Amino acid sequence: MTSESQQLSVYEQAAHRKEARRNWLLCTPALVILLFAASGPLLVMLFYSFLEAGNYGGVEYRLSFDGWFNVFFHRDIFDDVVGLADAHASVFWRSLKLSGMTTITCLIIGFPTAYFIATRPRQSRNFWLFLITIPFWTNLLIRTFAIMELIRNNGIVNNLLIDLHIINEPIQMLYTDFAIMIGMTYVYLPLMILPLYASMEKLDFRLIEAAYDLYATRLRVLRKVMIPLIKPGIVAGSILVFIPSLGAYVTPRVLGGGKNLMLGNLIQLQFDQGQNWPLGAALSITLLVIVMVTLLIYVRTVQNSDVRNG
Amino acid sequence: MASATGKPFSVYKLPGFGFIAIVCFVMLYAPIIILVAYSFNSGSSLALWEGFSWKWYYSAWQNEQVQDATVLSLVIALQAALYSTILATMAALGTTRTRRFRGQTAIYTMINQPLMVPEIVTAVALLICFAVIKQATDYQGLAYLVIAHTAFCIPFAYLPIRARLEDMDLTLETAAADLYATPWRSFRQVTLPLLWPGILAGSMLAFVISLDDVVITEFVKSAGQDTLPTFMLGQLRRVITPEMNAIASALLAVSVLLVSLIFLLNRKKS
Repeated sequence: MTSESQQLSVYEQAAHRKEARRNWLLCTPALVILLFAASGPLLVMLFYSFLEAGNYGGVEYRLSFDGWFNVFFHRDIFDDVVGLADAHASVFWRSLKLSGMTTITCLIIGFPTAYFIATRPRQSRNFWLFLITIPFWTNLLIRTFAIMELIRNNGIVNNLLIDLHIINEPIQMLYTDFAIMIGMTYVYLPLMILPLYASMEKLDFRLIEAAYDLYATRLRVLRKVMIPLIKPGIVAGSILVFIPSLGAYVTPRVLGGGKNLMLGNLIQLQFDQGQNWPLGAALSITLLVIVMVTLLIYVRTVQNSDVRNG
Repeated sequence: MASATGKPFSVYKLPGFGFIAIVCFVMLYAPIIILVAYSFNSGSSLALWEGFSWKWYYSAWQNEQVQDATVLSLVIALQAALYSTILATMAALGTTRTRRFRGQTAIYTMINQPLMVPEIVTAVALLICFAVIKQATDYQGLAYLVIAHTAFCIPFAYLPIRARLEDMDLTLETAAADLYATPWRSFRQVTLPLLWPGILAGSMLAFVISLDDVVITEFVKSAGQDTLPTFMLGQLRRVITPEMNAIASALLAVSVLLVSLIFLLNRKKS
């Protein structure tokens, strides 16, 4: 009896191994391409961040920590005095600030909108969701361009305000931090609404009814019942908006006009005019690390709340 | 509370939420609608309406740079969609409806990597790598763009295909095998027809994503390899005429059409 079941498990193990081999074979072509054009290049870039910068772009194959040094510090060309890299610090700060503000704005607009969709009759919800997803799948550059046209000095918004005699001269909105924030909010808003909706859809409205029955005010219901229950959606939406905002390149380039740099633009400069590839590589990896840490915190939060909710 | 306002009280209603939601929908669509509207403006202003005309579409159609960029965009997007869909279908078959196997998490991580890493980081990394290869081989062709696009399209093609596969159980394939069908035949005659809507949705998604890509293309392309989005990005620094709106509207139309089709494909399933 025992030998028979052992025999069976040997066969089973062989079948397992065969299945695993088949699965790996099926995945191999995709993995090869991804290794060549996604994961591998990141490792090469890490290697490049420890090389010496070439005179006209590119690198010299000599070990150097200058790239990383330059991310955080600045050495004066004339008297060799080392100070913190203020220019980089201000770009980092602007990136964090604008991404944070974008996330909050998206949350303020997205929360009521997701709630609105979640409380529609079941048949029409898909339609409203469809309206949210359409802009999400259309070209980011085009949506940014649409915002650019609206807020230009002789664009529709300024013309309208002048016609209404609210202002006499156009307000300079384009090429400011404000423009970047508006643009990113517009572009990433669907990424906030969709996860919010996903958790609101599961919301048990009997709990809210119960809270009202117990004489809770609307604000209290919102604060004490709804927000705690929807928290996973709020966290997911915030992460999904914050991460692409932090790495944004097109929106700040088009709406910031080359003066108001964000991290993505600072990185690009190192490969364009600044021509310091190791510095650019080190900056990219810094951005990647910030993004990964944020994602890790998110995964931890989700796991913790899963454990708590059983 | 209810009688004080005169409206029936509903637990579903929160004051102001409906209003913000409507404002949000208007905000989402107004810029796009205005952009499309001014592509039909007969004047060259982007703020003053001077009458309806197709002339900017005509002038974009006549513009040789636009023609070249359109052809290149389509060539790359079609190839990237085809390759990434084949690779993603294989990977989806290898990662669904199976017992957990060693390395499965690693495979998931790699497939989803393009979704997690900021595009600018991948773009710069590819610039560095391809610069080395370009120098070593002297090859400047389209293959770099096609490979880069294929790679970042894989997760987009993979997700709908995997979702479809997970809804299919193995009974039909088992039945086919019991009737002595070879694995290849059961795949072709049983799995593939059932999986087809997922494959179609995945390939269309990959096509849209490739067609719309700016950042990676901008960093990977060699001289003279402008796609429509990178061409637009270059033009934005100059004086903008409604010709740009016409190009943008045409691109928008393609995306909206394909995404609507994907939506319909998915709805039929459920």
